[in-house]
Amino acid sequence: MTTAQQIADAVRAGERSASEVLEEHLAVIDEREGDVHAFNLVMRDEARAAAVAVDAGDRTGALAGVPVALKDNLCTRGIPTTCSSRILEGWRPPYDATVVARLAAAGAVFVGKTNLDEFAMGSSTENSAFGPTRNPHDLDRVPGGSSGGSAAAVAAGFAPLALGSDTGGSIRQPAALCGVVGLKPTYGLVSRYGLVAFASSLDQIGPFAATVADAALLLEVIAGHDPLDSTSLDRPLPPLVSGLGDGVEGLRVGVLTELVHAEGIAPDVRRRVEAAAEALADAGAKVDEASVPAASFGLSAYYLIAPAEASSNLARYDGVRYGLRVDAENTAEMNAATRTAGFGPEVKRRIMLGTYALSAGYYDAYYGKAQQVRTLIIRDFAAAYDSFDVLLCPTSPTTAFRLGDKTADPMSMYLNDVCTIPSNLAGDPAISVPFGAGDDGLPVGVQLLGPALSEATLLRTAAVLEGALQ
Amino acid sequence: MSLDDWQLVVGLEVHAELATNTKIFCGCANSFGDEPNTNVCPVCLGLPGSLPVLNRSAVEFAARLGMALECTVQPSVFHRKNYFYPDMPKDYQVSQYDLPINADGTLELPDGSVVGIERAHLEEDTGKTTHMGGGGRIHDAAYSLVDYNRAGVPLVEIVSRPDIRTPEQAQAYATELRAILAATGVSDAKMEEGSMRVDANVSMHKPGEPYGTRCEIKNLNSVRSLGRAIRYEMERQVQLLESGERIVQETRHWDEDAGRTRPGRSKEQAEDYRYFQEPDLVPVAPDDEWLASIRAAMPMLPAARRTRLAAQTGGDVDVALVVERGLDDLVLEAIAAGGDPGRLLVHASNNLSAGAGELSARPFAELSKLEATGALTATQAKTVLAELVTAGGDPAAIAATRGFEAMGDDALAAAVDAAIAADPEAWEKFKAGDRKVTGFFVGLVMKTTKGKADGKAVTALLDARAQS
Repeated sequence: MTTAQQIADAVRAGERSASEVLEEHLAVIDEREGDVHAFNLVMRDEARAAAVAVDAGDRTGALAGVPVALKDNLCTRGIPTTCSSRILEGWRPPYDATVVARLAAAGAVFVGKTNLDEFAMGSSTENSAFGPTRNPHDLDRVPGGSSGGSAAAVAAGFAPLALGSDTGGSIRQPAALCGVVGLKPTYGLVSRYGLVAFASSLDQIGPFAATVADAALLLEVIAGHDPLDSTSLDRPLPPLVSGLGDGVEGLRVGVLTELVHAEGIAPDVRRRVEAAAEALADAGAKVDEASVPAASFGLSAYYLIAPAEASSNLARYDGVRYGLRVDAENTAEMNAATRTAGFGPEVKRRIMLGTYALSAGYYDAYYGKAQQVRTLIIRDFAAAYDSFDVLLCPTSPTTAFRLGDKTADPMSMYLNDVCTIPSNLAGDPAISVPFGAGDDGLPVGVQLLGPALSEATLLRTAAVLEGALQ
Repeated sequence: MSLDDWQLVVGLEVHAELATNTKIFCGCANSFGDEPNTNVCPVCLGLPGSLPVLNRSAVEFAARLGMALECTVQPSVFHRKNYFYPDMPKDYQVSQYDLPINADGTLELPDGSVVGIERAHLEEDTGKTTHMGGGGRIHDAAYSLVDYNRAGVPLVEIVSRPDIRTPEQAQAYATELRAILAATGVSDAKMEEGSMRVDANVSMHKPGEPYGTRCEIKNLNSVRSLGRAIRYEMERQVQLLESGERIVQETRHWDEDAGRTRPGRSKEQAEDYRYFQEPDLVPVAPDDEWLASIRAAMPMLPAARRTRLAAQTGGDVDVALVVERGLDDLVLEAIAAGGDPGRLLVHASNNLSAGAGELSARPFAELSKLEATGALTATQAKTVLAELVTAGGDPAAIAATRGFEAMGDDALAAAVDAAIAADPEAWEKFKAGDRKVTGFFVGLVMKTTKGKADGKAVTALLDARAQS
């Protein structure tokens, strides 16, 4: 396996050309994409042109010649951006997302737009208008979601790096199920400009990579203040890659009781978390039990706040300006017909849920209450971080499940996010790092949580776990 | 039916477009009358993935207005107001809800009455829909065209308390608010162009009883329409109430041609906007130093300017009109340069309705002196003034060029005597006290002197001749 860092080093040194690197990856895509369906669009022509440009131009960018896959909810100028929804049929954004522009400036070569649950709503990538993505480790199983296409692309070797978005676990859960590294940064660390919104107060773009070091490399390129995003943090991030080997000597690690023992956590997954705790202790960390009581209510609060914001964010898909339009007698009927035809069932379910949660007479009982829970979660995490530097828990309750297993019961699907949601509500960073396999031989990811802007600590802790496996 | 038994209660909601260079959440030009859909970008078109960034000038303008209205200028947050409408790109409007930038102010009207201001908050404007085909209304149009140039133009919505009691007071409020918006540079405040839009909440009740159910009147395109619509609505509501019917709370549209209000869409009353805090923006917390600098740069407001002008001139003329036209500084400067206050004010209120143009204070003062000393008649002065407005210059020189020389007393007396001699019959009538023939003689003198005579001097001579 070649890492992104190795590719960039080789291209920079003139040992390999970006075109050569790209063709290798396109060959892997040709071989397996038919089975995996990681992409909504493979950008062969654009990628080849970009590789030629890298080879002809200066090769000093941090990601010069490195193939990168982009979740198809990131705007790419002139390239269809579908969010895996019929409703955006035919729409080509007239602008690049900030992260896309930063990657391009760093010399990255975009190989394609990856599949997702429609508008990032789901945990299996089965809610896609263009068909499901399959787990490269077992094609009968889901890759997780919603960034299942990006996770699968990295796991299948289609690209060493991919970008996803994480609103309630949509980077970390598929990373865990596909056996790759996935990181959700601190809210505001990475600009959301050009990320098609699901739930604005929770959405955050983050990296997928096969190694911890590559995830750090990608995050360094995309992080940083953006004047186009009012919620973007205007604070410098400490370097990520350079401190990766610093180890965890003396680090205070808390095993997060409420999430290790949450409903539905499979015994084999729990055992891997315990093994991770031991590995960190062996490396010199001080491991103890930690408690974040309000985290148990995270799932309930999330399924009010996220749909509420989504109901408003997705109102604009009304058939008036872009994407699908289903004509009707008058404007209101055209809006309804377009949305009926254009949105899938899960998106409709969440729009209805969110509309209800915000309605007069119900606001206080639902949306208002959920915001109070969110405040409690922030408070309880802050208290835990008085005693701990990092918290440890599962990423996903189980290993990858079979396609179709949970599509009939939305609640069972939602429960997949029980361990990942609290970080989104708190706005704090979290990383999922592969740590062995479950009883079925499929990958298990463990999750590390830290306070705002603790990405460097999370990455070096993850690097210790990565090293312990080898 | 008797309106006398009923008390009118009015509250006004005024939307004013801020005169910022760019829109409220993006860098597109804020300009009226451009080619449709030319001042647009991903943000104001609400394209997927775009995000708003608050324009600092919009906050400054809103704060300046808040200060002019004696409001508390406070930390505020934005909310989303959710409803579907084709000219609203995101199908929600970013507005302020429970924490507006300006709260609890007052507006004092020229008659001394005070109207409370509940709030003056920031929000974004919508695009503009034109219905094509059919009757040009949404119901029977074949299709509609939307222009998003206006989408994202910053607005302040100024909400008065229900303190207004007469149609005239409502008109005075709108006029005064317009003057403040213009004086502070916050808005063009042109009702005809829609940069200031007034909605009126109107209800009737019997004194001593609780307020009645209100109707919201929209589509008021002038201060005159505002008065007409309220008067119409008073009669309509009292008629219903006196025949034992109830007022339905609804939105009604003013039809200027028909001179009546009509009910709007009935479904509007059931609208639930599902307000929630806008997660794409952060709270606005202007620091004290910045607010102090805005306050320090506040121009003099119309009320103070009226007081200042009235104090200088005795205030027999319409000082409010002169201030409204923005001519008060010019008049005061001309007075300071030795001009005749009375003549200056008459010109400012009667002869400068289109503005002062090239006219500056010193020539204006000179002109008023020529007039006051009798060197120019009122008619001649008006002619010279018009030329000063278009081209500037020296009034005495202009008068000389036009042959406007002072008419000597002897020449005037001779002209008057000639006029008397020309029509002895009319003269007998004049002597008998029939003042209706005054105009006849003055006209005759004007004709023979080719307009050089001063009308007042002629009348005085006629009176003197009649008594001798």
